[in-house]
Amino acid sequence: MSVPARQKREPLVRMVKRDDISSRRAWSYRALAFVAALATGGLLILILGHNPLFVYRDMVVGSWGSPTVIKETIKLAIPLLICALGLALAFKMKFWNIGGEGQIIVGALAAGYFGFFMADFLSRPLLIAVMLLAAIVAGGIYGLIPAFFKAKWNTNETLFTLMLNYVALAVIKYLMNGPWKAPGSSFPKMPMLVPGGRLTQILGVHWGWILALVLVLVAWFYFNRTKQGYEISVVGASENTARYAGMNVGRVIMRTMFLSGALCGIVGFLQFSGADYTIAEGIAGGVGFTAITVAWLAKMNPFGMLAVSVFIAMLERGSNTIQTIYKIPASASSLLIGIILFFMLGCEFFITYRLVFRGSASPGRAGGGGGDGGASTSSDSASPGQTDRQKREESA
Amino acid sequence: MNEDVPLAVSMEHIYKSFGRVRANVDVRLQLRQGEILALLGENGSGKTTLVNMLSGVYFPDHGEIYVQGRPVTIRSPRDAFDLRIGMIHQHFKLIPVLTAAENIALGLSGSVTLNRKSIHAEVARLAERYGFELDPARKIYDMSVSEKQTVEIIKVLYRGADILILDEPTAVLTPLETEKLFAVLRNMKADGKSIIIITHKLHEVLAISDRVEILRKGEFIATVETATTNQARLTEMMVGRPINLMIERPEASGGPERLELNALTCVDHEGVTTLDDVSFTVYAGEILGIAGIAGSGQRELCEAIVGLNPPTSGSISYSPPHPDLAKTPCEKERIDRLSPGAIARRGISMAFVPEDRLGMGLVASMDITDNVMLRGYRKGKGPFVDRVRPKALAERLIEELEIVTPSTSTSVGRLSGGNVQKVLLGREIAQEPGVLIVAYPVRGLDINSSYKIYDLLNEQKARGVAVVFIGEDLDVLMEISDRLLVLCGGRISGIVDPRAVTKEEVGLMMVHVAGAEGLDSETGSATGEAA
Repeated sequence: MSVPARQKREPLVRMVKRDDISSRRAWSYRALAFVAALATGGLLILILGHNPLFVYRDMVVGSWGSPTVIKETIKLAIPLLICALGLALAFKMKFWNIGGEGQIIVGALAAGYFGFFMADFLSRPLLIAVMLLAAIVAGGIYGLIPAFFKAKWNTNETLFTLMLNYVALAVIKYLMNGPWKAPGSSFPKMPMLVPGGRLTQILGVHWGWILALVLVLVAWFYFNRTKQGYEISVVGASENTARYAGMNVGRVIMRTMFLSGALCGIVGFLQFSGADYTIAEGIAGGVGFTAITVAWLAKMNPFGMLAVSVFIAMLERGSNTIQTIYKIPASASSLLIGIILFFMLGCEFFITYRLVFRGSASPGRAGGGGGDGGASTSSDSASPGQTDRQKREESA
Repeated sequence: MNEDVPLAVSMEHIYKSFGRVRANVDVRLQLRQGEILALLGENGSGKTTLVNMLSGVYFPDHGEIYVQGRPVTIRSPRDAFDLRIGMIHQHFKLIPVLTAAENIALGLSGSVTLNRKSIHAEVARLAERYGFELDPARKIYDMSVSEKQTVEIIKVLYRGADILILDEPTAVLTPLETEKLFAVLRNMKADGKSIIIITHKLHEVLAISDRVEILRKGEFIATVETATTNQARLTEMMVGRPINLMIERPEASGGPERLELNALTCVDHEGVTTLDDVSFTVYAGEILGIAGIAGSGQRELCEAIVGLNPPTSGSISYSPPHPDLAKTPCEKERIDRLSPGAIARRGISMAFVPEDRLGMGLVASMDITDNVMLRGYRKGKGPFVDRVRPKALAERLIEELEIVTPSTSTSVGRLSGGNVQKVLLGREIAQEPGVLIVAYPVRGLDINSSYKIYDLLNEQKARGVAVVFIGEDLDVLMEISDRLLVLCGGRISGIVDPRAVTKEEVGLMMVHVAGAEGLDSETGSATGEAA
C-alpha cells in the first residue's frame, strides 16, 4: 500500500504510568538519584578547580572527624529536626506553614523575656521550665493566628505565615534598638543570658538533643496511633470527608497549627538558651525554611527527618570546612542541598512513570500485555520485575 | 448482509495496558460508512480506552488502525481531527465563562481575531441541518447539561468531523432529552456521518444503533446486527452468563415515621435557592426513590439531612426507633441545626453514601481499615485509636460483600469502582443506621455489583431502615422504590406510586412542577450550575 498516511510515526518517547513498583526498586531509584546528585555537585566542584572526591572527603571529616566538630554538627541538626517535626504536623494536614522562622523567633522572644528580666526571681530549674513553657505558648499562638483566619475565613495560609515571619523580625529589631537593648552598649543588641538560664550540657551538647529524639518518637506515635493524628490525615486528604465524618475541621486545623507553632517555639527556646545565649536577627537563621526541605525529603516520616536533618547539618558543617581549606564559598552547601532536592523530587517522576521509546514496543512480544512487557525503562531493562512479567506473559 | 459497505474505521488487534491492567486485549472494531455502531460493555470492559485510541488520547501498545481503508497513526487529538474523527467526551471540556460560539472556535487555527458573525452563521447552519437548538451567544454557565452537550457535538461537527464518537452521552440526560439527541443522531446518519455511541443502557442500544459491538473485560466478544438481537442476549454477551434483570421489590412493612422534612428551604452562598419548600416524610422499612435531572437539589437535600449543609429555613425531625422495632417510636427530635458530629453524638445513626465516593465518603489514599474506622474512630477512651476492631470489620466486609482486594491494607483508591462502593456502603450499613441515604449508588458499577447493591438496600429495608435512594436511572428507580419523589429545580413536583405511573409521566414531572409551568427551565439551569 503506497499511502502517504504512514509518514506519521509513533511518538519518540511516551510516558506510561506504572501500576506498582516494589519498594526495594523505588528505594534503589532514590539511591541512584542521590548518587547522581552528588555527581552533579562534584561536576560543579570540578569546574571550580578542585577534586570533588577530596572535597567530599573533607566535608565528611569536617563534620564527623573529631568530637568537637561532631558536637557542632549535632547542634545544627537539633533545631532542624524539631522544626521539621512541627512543620510536618501542618504539612500532613496540607496546611502550608512556611512561618517556621517567625514561630522560632517568637518562641525565643518569649523565653527571652523571662531569661532577661525574671532570672533573679526564679530558681534555675524553674526559670528553665518557665522559659520553655513561654516559648511553647508563644510559638503556638503565633501558629494559631493564621490557622484561626484559615478556619474562619479560609485565608491563604502560605502568604499569611510567610508575612508573619517579617512581623517577628521587625519585633526583634524594635526590641533590640529600644526596650531590650543591652545596658551600657552603644550597639543595638540584646544582653547575654545569665548562666543560670543556660541549658545543661549532656555529652558535650545541650540537652536539646535528648528532647529532639524523644519528640521523634512522640511525633511518630502521634501521627500513626492517635485519634488526633488520624484526624490530621483525614483533613489533609479531604476536608469534605472530614466534615462528613463529623470532624470539626476548623478545630483540627487550629489545634494542629498550635502544636506546629509550639514545636517551632521550642526551637527558638533551644537556640536562645542552648546555643546563642542572646537574641539577634539571625536567631532563626533560616532553620524555618531549611526544615521544609527536611520534612519533604523525609516524606513526613519522623525517623526519616532524623536522618535527613543530620545529613543536612553535616553538609552545612562540612561546607564551613571546605571554605577554609579550598576557599569554596560556604553557600556551596545550599547549592548541594538544592541539587539533592531537585534530584530527589525528580526521581519521584521515574517512580511513578516509565518512559517508552519508539520501536521498543515490538509486536512480536505483545502476546499478552502489549508493549508493556517489551518496553525498556529509562534506567534498566533487565530488572527482576521485568522478567517476572515476561514469564507471566509466556504462560498466559 | 451489508458486507460490501465501505468501512469508515477499522481497528485490528488493538492492545493497551495500564500498568498491570490490560484494558484492551486483541480488540477489533469496524465502523461502516453511515451507520450508528453501539459499543456495549460493562464498566471497565475497555470501551472508552478503545475509542480514546481512535481520538488520539491514548496511543495503542500494539495494533493497527485504518481510516477509510488507509493505515494511520493517531498520536494526538489533532491527528484525529485531521482524519475527521471527533469525540464527545463524557465529561465536557468547555470553558464556562465563554459563549457557545467562543468554545466552538477555541483552539482552531486561523486569524488572531475572532469573526463571531461567521461562526454564528456556521453554527446556525449546522443546528438547522441536524435539528439542534442552540443560541451561539449564550455563555456556557447559563446552560443546562443537555445544552452543553449540544455545544460539544457542534464543536466537533464545526471542525468537519465525519466520524463521531459519543462516550455515554445519555448518562446525564432526561428521557425526553435522550429522544432529542437520538433524533439528531439519526439526522447525522442520514447525512452520511458514521457514529460510535458508547452506552450500557440496553434499550437505548436497541433504539438507536444499526449494529452492536460487545466488549467484556477488555476483550472483543462479538458484533451483531441490532435487528437480530434482544436485551437478554445482549446482557448475556456483556456479562458472560444469563442474568435476571428483574429488581426485587419486597412489600414495604408499613413502619412508623422515621424522618420528617417540613418546608425545607436552602439558599446557597451565592443566593441561589437550591431547595424550595420541600416537605416529605420517610417511613421505616421503605425505599423512597428520588428522581430528577442532575442538579435539581438532590445533593443539597442529602447534605441538609445529614447536617453538612444547614437549611435556611424549615425543619428536619428524626423519630428514633424504639428498641423494639415493632412498637411506636420514641419522641421526635429536631436535627436541622446540628452538624454531622452533633447528630452522631446524640446517638442518631445516619448513614449516608454520598455521590462523591472518594471525595467525601472515603479517603482514597488510606487503606480499607482506616476508611472503615472513619465513622467510629472516636469510640473508646483515651487519645489512641483502636485499629483492631476496624480491621476485623474490614475483614468481615471483604468476606460478606465479596470485595476484591489484596488485603485490608490496600488503599481504597486502588480498588475498582464496584469495590469502592461496597466498602463505603458496607461501612455505612455496619453502623446499623436508622436512616440510610444513598446518592447514585450504582453509578459506574457493573451489573453484578449493581444488583448486589440493590440486594443490600432491600435487606436494610427489611430490617426496618428508612432508605432514601437518589438515582438517575429512571428504570431502576421505578423498579426498586416503594414511593417515588420527583424533584424539579429544587422543588417537589410530586410523590407518586411508581407502580401506577409511566416513565414518560415521571420524565415530564422532572421538567415541570405541577402548577408552576414556565418556571422550570430557568430554575433548572440555575441550580444545575450551582451543583
